[in-house]
Amino acid sequence: MSLLHLAILAPFIFAIIVPTLYKYIRKIHTGWFVFIVPVILFGYFSRFLPDIITGKTVLKTFAWIPTLHINFTAKIDGLGLLFALLITGIGALVVLYSIYYLSKEKEQLNTFYVYLLLFMGAMLGVVLSDNLIVLYMFWEFTSFSSFFLIGYWFDRERSRYGAQKSMLITVLGGLCLLGGIILLYIMSGTFSIGEMITNVDVIVNHDLFLFSMILFLLGAFTKSAQFPFYIWLPDAMEAPTPVSAYLHSATMVKAGIYLVARMTPIFAFDPTGTWVWLVGGIGIFTLFWGSFNAVKQTDLKAILAFSTVSQLGLIMSLLGVGAAAVHFELDENIYTVAIIAAVFHLINHATFKGSLFMVAGIVDHETGTRDIRKLGGLMSMMPVTFTIAFIGAFSMAGIPPFNGFLSKEMFFTGMVHVLQLDIFNMETFGVIFPVFAWIASVFTFVYSMILVWKTFGGKIQLEKLEKKPHEAPIGMLISPVILASLVVIIGLFPNGLLGRFIESIAHAILPTYEFEVHISHWHGWFTPELYMTIGVIGIGLLLYFTLSKWTKVYDLFPKKLTLNQMYDAFIPTLESGSSFFIKSHMTGFIRSYLAYIFVFFIGALSFTIWSTGAFRVETTNLAEIGVYEVILALLIIIGCVTIIFAKSRLTSIIALGSVGYTVSLFFVLFRAPDLALTQLVIETISVALFLLAFYHLPKNFRHKESRRFKLNNALISVGVGVVVTIIAIASYSTKLFDSISEYYVKHTYDPAGGENMVNVILVDFRGFDTLFEISVLAIAGIGIYGLIKLRLARRSEK
Amino acid sequence: MEILMAIIIGVLFATATYLFLSKSILRIIVASGLLSHGAHLLILTMGGLKKGAVPLVNQEGIPVTDPLPQALILTAIVISFGVTALFLVLAYRAYQELETDNMDEMRGTEE
Repeated sequence: MSLLHLAILAPFIFAIIVPTLYKYIRKIHTGWFVFIVPVILFGYFSRFLPDIITGKTVLKTFAWIPTLHINFTAKIDGLGLLFALLITGIGALVVLYSIYYLSKEKEQLNTFYVYLLLFMGAMLGVVLSDNLIVLYMFWEFTSFSSFFLIGYWFDRERSRYGAQKSMLITVLGGLCLLGGIILLYIMSGTFSIGEMITNVDVIVNHDLFLFSMILFLLGAFTKSAQFPFYIWLPDAMEAPTPVSAYLHSATMVKAGIYLVARMTPIFAFDPTGTWVWLVGGIGIFTLFWGSFNAVKQTDLKAILAFSTVSQLGLIMSLLGVGAAAVHFELDENIYTVAIIAAVFHLINHATFKGSLFMVAGIVDHETGTRDIRKLGGLMSMMPVTFTIAFIGAFSMAGIPPFNGFLSKEMFFTGMVHVLQLDIFNMETFGVIFPVFAWIASVFTFVYSMILVWKTFGGKIQLEKLEKKPHEAPIGMLISPVILASLVVIIGLFPNGLLGRFIESIAHAILPTYEFEVHISHWHGWFTPELYMTIGVIGIGLLLYFTLSKWTKVYDLFPKKLTLNQMYDAFIPTLESGSSFFIKSHMTGFIRSYLAYIFVFFIGALSFTIWSTGAFRVETTNLAEIGVYEVILALLIIIGCVTIIFAKSRLTSIIALGSVGYTVSLFFVLFRAPDLALTQLVIETISVALFLLAFYHLPKNFRHKESRRFKLNNALISVGVGVVVTIIAIASYSTKLFDSISEYYVKHTYDPAGGENMVNVILVDFRGFDTLFEISVLAIAGIGIYGLIKLRLARRSEK
Repeated sequence: MEILMAIIIGVLFATATYLFLSKSILRIIVASGLLSHGAHLLILTMGGLKKGAVPLVNQEGIPVTDPLPQALILTAIVISFGVTALFLVLAYRAYQELETDNMDEMRGTEE
């Protein structure tokens, strides 16, 4: 186990001692201890940066279950390092922010930081694992630690609802992912992503390729809140704001993005173009749908949630379009710009969305509400918070000079290039990409403006606020200030070190290409991107100022057809459906269950006989039929009929006895003296027992049964009888080998020393049977004694 | 002969099944008796019938019938007797406590 493995597991290890720290050191906020972990890890991972930029990768293997090809292989390349830095960097800022956000006295800090550390370790594991099974393990860790974090205030009904919803959806995706992983293993014989990439030809041409791809995408889309699985994300906003900032903007929701990017070197070679269309198409629609729905929200965090959905769709669509690069052989490959844009926007989104969530938390903390209808005019009271919100929102809207502008320009470039693509029907339908991208950007602009100006602009409504607002404490502001300054710094200096880092990340996504990143603010007058941006700002401003006039559009959508309504209806339907199913056949009557068993017996056996053609009659080996046997057979049949139709219990007992004695006569005829003896004795005792017991039982032997009831029973019982007869005849007619009885016959006297073969078998050759048969009899005796003697229930009643 | 026996066994099984499906607990016990008769005869028939003398050693030269199924049946008779006896007492006690022998009325209720 190397230092790298220890670094990944460090949050887990530290999580063990957090409760102790919380219990014994109450004076210091537990967050301060936790804060050390991501800071050290961030420093540790930064040290890899020079190596990664020069194109090296770090690979460390720790054997876990080598016989199943499951090894904890940690791999650092550009993509992994980017996520590791995001997780630890933003993790440190979020922990710092949470120290001021969560009260030391009122909250259960130990559980909060344990969950947060579990999550951090799990995310590091996801992004740094080369082995897919290990990746999956950490993937599920993120699912359930996020479940705990969303349900942190577990006494609130909405928190529990949101936590359950996110759990159900992400675990559904996680299980699909596991299926995809197993299919990839079947195709390639390895769990290592690196080895799969070298075998990509075999995988791409395999029959299971498409299934595996779709299962992977289901995993990625549920985690990254793509359409139609985005519905859990807005409800996950019930979590504490640091959690929303960390999980639901910067890290966990990007696990799906990571997965898509990581698997691009395999799935992008898909010859049918399904990958490009699914990733790109669903991404671009999610972008549009998220931004469209964000405009109508009134809760700050809900706006941010839908905006996250939409921005994730943007990154996803860029990854999809960028995957087309491998099919498009040109000297100057224009699709690789989409990959660079995806990576760049991934970084930018983490910075501005993290800061915006923190701003929403500050506003909530200082005013007591997040409802934009109650807020307004906070600009003068909270100037620092306003500045951060301004920078974040303008970057999100794609306005220069912030970093969001740069990535949005590149996004437009990538989408416009789609028009030149002439594969996979892109020449006909490809036009939807730039069109949707532009419309979505307009909505993005509108909700970004709403976010800033409805909160901080306008008049203040003091009577609606619970608290008198004032600027947040300085500790709460540190983290968003750092993120906002990153927004500006990246916006001003996008090239250099960052550019080379992006090159190495893009190279990790498409290893067959060398990238050269040059990001600039100004592309010249004659590029479509410029006019698209001008159009976004122009139309966006127009829409923003006429907001009250056109928001009625949202009422046109039928409320019942929303995805949330469907989800909410689906879960109870599932429950009532399964309850109905159980109640329909679990009647509680023994008779029903017996009928199921018998019907299954008849069905399964007769189907087997019919399908294998097993039935045949062999007459050569049969014994002769004598007069005595026929008489005895008739006796048995008469006995059976009598029992069925008997009205009195005595008649039926006598008939049963007659059947028993006839059976013993059969034993006589068939040369079985011991059997005949035993059968006679046992039958006598049985009949005596029956008479004894029946004396105490009700006179009424039969209960009223309807004709239909009898008819069904008769059908079933005739079926059972016929099946048994057929099987008996068929199996007697197919003798596969001789009996082993020859041995017993020969050795009864020597060496066993007896003359009665049956008795010698019972006590000598197969004595164990007899031993346990005696035990059965003993147990039955004790049981009967117990039943008669122990009457505790009745005694206690008295 | 074996085919005739197979038919008789089928009759025994069918009767037992019919009685199993009825409402009275007594008829169910009778059914288990009939079913075990059917099973014992089935074992014996499958071993082959009337192919020689009684399985005792001192009958020199004559082939004997297969002793193994007989040993199996002997064990089975004793076990089914034990079970039937227990079942009978159980029915008797159930009737004492619940005051019914109708299986439909013995159906458990949801708490």
